[in-house]
Amino acid sequence: MKLLTHNFLSSSFLKNVKVGYPLVLRVSKAEVVESEFNPDFTKKMLQKVEYPVLAEAAKVTNIQNLEVPSELPSDWENNEAFLNVAYKLLNCINVVEGELECPETGRKFIIRDSIPNMLANEDEVDS
Amino acid sequence: MSSKRPEHLGPPELFYNETEAKKYTSNSHIIQIQNEMSERALELLALPEGSEGLLLDVGCGSGLSGEVLTEHGHTWIGMDISEHMLELARDHNESEGELILQDMGAGCPFRPGIFDGAISISAIQWLCHANSKAENPKRRLLHFFQTLYGCLSRGSRAVFQFYPENVEQSEFIMQQANQAGFNGGLVVDFPNSTKAKKIYLVLMTGGMQKLPRALTEDEAQSSHIKNIERREVRPNSKYTGRKRHKKF
Repeated sequence: MKLLTHNFLSSSFLKNVKVGYPLVLRVSKAEVVESEFNPDFTKKMLQKVEYPVLAEAAKVTNIQNLEVPSELPSDWENNEAFLNVAYKLLNCINVVEGELECPETGRKFIIRDSIPNMLANEDEVDS
Repeated sequence: MSSKRPEHLGPPELFYNETEAKKYTSNSHIIQIQNEMSERALELLALPEGSEGLLLDVGCGSGLSGEVLTEHGHTWIGMDISEHMLELARDHNESEGELILQDMGAGCPFRPGIFDGAISISAIQWLCHANSKAENPKRRLLHFFQTLYGCLSRGSRAVFQFYPENVEQSEFIMQQANQAGFNGGLVVDFPNSTKAKKIYLVLMTGGMQKLPRALTEDEAQSSHIKNIERREVRPNSKYTGRKRHKKF
């Protein structure tokens, strides 16, 4: 699971959960995936992303050699150096093993072999 | 006939076990059809020219539809209830999407307004079946559509290719989609061909829009979208309509 996906996931589908965001991320194994910088992708996704949540998730994955500003720079759209870092955060860090936790109910979702398991029992779901 | 429908044989997470998942994904005929339907679904999404976006693939399976999305430059997140299908998708090099293990009947686990569109290939009909006493297809469908509506950006669409069993089933699905706030309807491509006929449910957020045109063998005569799912009417016969007797 890439950090991009963590940024979009929410547990609001669970019963009695109002916002369910952001999911608490815990990482026991993460890897860096090499991929070529894509400025268009980065700009597009940064418009959707909650940046503070992304910066926080980056801290949790504990990947070295990456200067991550805690707030979105005001000139982010034209700041090539920042866009490079943002691209790595969004698309190049893969959480292999870990867990996600609903901030409201504490319900845990396991990430195994890079795939988060969001399955819940019928009685846990708000339908 | 009913035995040909996998959704009658059990829940999808059990049906698509390791063997079935592999069979499905290595069958070149299935790959080709999935490919064509994904291309068409993407076309029906009617994304603005040159706007590669973030798409949701509902029931992404082993990533066959996702490959098409990647080819067109889109970023995608796929969810599926079959772990075996997702493992195939993950281990398959060309599929670059993100994968989530989720039952669509439990809802889309995303925050509001992030997706530029959603596609779903041969998946939604699975939701019409209850696989345990606790499962209520109507409630699950409605909950799915409500949470899908929530995570789509305003004005975007969701396109579902599916194989309805009958008219009632497609109406049932449409009703839940309407109740969740979607507009739209069915687009039936090649309605007169038993093999090429494909049914797409095109759902729209944000007000009424015209449905896209269906594909037909004879483009000239298709000035409107044919709705083949309408009930059949018997041809005129000598008993059609009663004529008054001369003496009146």
